[in-house]
Amino acid sequence: MIVPFIKGFANTFKHMFRKPISVNYPDEKVPTFPRYRGKQVLMRDENGLEKCVACGLCAVACPADAIYLEAAENNGTVQAGPRYAELYQIHKTRCIFCGYCEEACPVSAIFMGKDYELAVYSNQDFIWDKTELLVAAPGTPPASQAR
Amino acid sequence: MATDLTPRVTTELDYAGAERLTMNMGPQHPSAHGVFRAILTLEGETVVGVDAVIGYLHRCHEKLAETLAYVQYPSIASKTDYVAAMTSELAYVMAAERIAKIEVPKRAEHLRVLVAELQRVASHCLWLGTWCMDMGGALGGGATIFLYCIRERELVLDLFEKLTGARLLYGFHQVGGVRYDMPEGFAADCRQTIDLIEARLLEYEAMLEDNTFFLMRTKGVGVISRQLAEEVGISGPLLRASGVDFDLRRDAPYSSYQDFQFKVPVETDGDCLARYRVRMVEFRESIRIVRQILDGLPEGPISSRPGVKAVAQVRVPKGETYTRVEGPRGEVGCYLIADGGPKPYRMKWRGASFSNLAVLPFIIPGHSVADVVAIMGSVDPVFGEVDR
Repeated sequence: MIVPFIKGFANTFKHMFRKPISVNYPDEKVPTFPRYRGKQVLMRDENGLEKCVACGLCAVACPADAIYLEAAENNGTVQAGPRYAELYQIHKTRCIFCGYCEEACPVSAIFMGKDYELAVYSNQDFIWDKTELLVAAPGTPPASQAR
Repeated sequence: MATDLTPRVTTELDYAGAERLTMNMGPQHPSAHGVFRAILTLEGETVVGVDAVIGYLHRCHEKLAETLAYVQYPSIASKTDYVAAMTSELAYVMAAERIAKIEVPKRAEHLRVLVAELQRVASHCLWLGTWCMDMGGALGGGATIFLYCIRERELVLDLFEKLTGARLLYGFHQVGGVRYDMPEGFAADCRQTIDLIEARLLEYEAMLEDNTFFLMRTKGVGVISRQLAEEVGISGPLLRASGVDFDLRRDAPYSSYQDFQFKVPVETDGDCLARYRVRMVEFRESIRIVRQILDGLPEGPISSRPGVKAVAQVRVPKGETYTRVEGPRGEVGCYLIADGGPKPYRMKWRGASFSNLAVLPFIIPGHSVADVVAIMGSVDPVFGEVDR
């Protein structure tokens, strides 16, 4: 009758001397593995031009219909190729982070990044647009720091 | 429609002088493992009737499958049973492959079995933890086992994150193979993790196996007789705990289960304790299968279309099929009708939890309210799979 309890409590007692596995989260971050699929990132090429050519394959491949983009011809005012995405939006609450956009992209413009802290205060912020997705142009401060 | 505002008073005095009470358990009940509403009819502390109300988590999965291409849906299929996401993905891609007569490379088949068995370990960890927490303080602080089990499940999820990049809903399978190959050092990590979990299983058993309170809560509680099990059509560990020796992995081998040796545990008591015992053996058998895979993983491509992106369309001809997979909760089936286009014409899920849940009204009456949570925990329903 009493022996099983002693066995059980001995077990829990042993745990007092083990290293705790909990992480002090906001101060101490859990590292992600190399394949982690987090918030998307739109890339620039080595000359600082936007890689995206607005072909729309990511939007077609998306199982959740989370991507909306509008293509435009570059009139020379944008750091991009001749054809680029004037509007590129990913709906955060629809995105399921499957990574199909990354696989579908023919020019490797979109990548699954590592950011997993995606909470926002307003429902207006549920849509990521280019200011938040695109990596900063060389020589300019990053525009996506406003939270 | 006018609503009846009079308080509902039942005055059936057909037992020792008190009245029956109707009580809602759920839909937001902490021990219901999801949004499940059970309308209990009570005579004092004893439950005499159960009405199950489901559908709170219905997400139109079957209709959704008709609107998504064969290559897109696997990432959504994981969301039916979110505790064992790998199994429903597997059922769907197997159905598409069978209609399209796609030959899957051996390495991909072995990787599929690897993740399915790791997923079974993770799912059973969650089951054991939540079930013990449901039964509460009787086990010397029920949250103890829960935290230990979650700790071990995290290790398996870490493995999945290394392999697929996601922790809960993976999108690992694709029609014709798998999307990701094992990264560098994965096999060693995997071995280390399963060795650790195997050792920790002994700790759980030391805490539970002979514990008087645990036996009081589980022994003889919620007995499913062999006849009832066969009539209701339950599957998985519940069926095997009721004395039916049936496991799809052995009796109708899919993927590459015929290559591996494992035992199928069978208990005859049919009570909560028997279900616990079956699952504890399944833990070990899954670990054994994982070891066999790691020992003899064949080299080769991981997809029938090597070098082709996972999102490239597959051609599935006209036809229909039913595939079934032994998930951690039982038989997960996928009925797929293809009409030759890029999307299925119709898709139907057979959720293991849905069929298993049907047994509750037969086994709960006669038990006390406290036993309801113990029985429901031992059935291990996941409501994403029940409602789909």
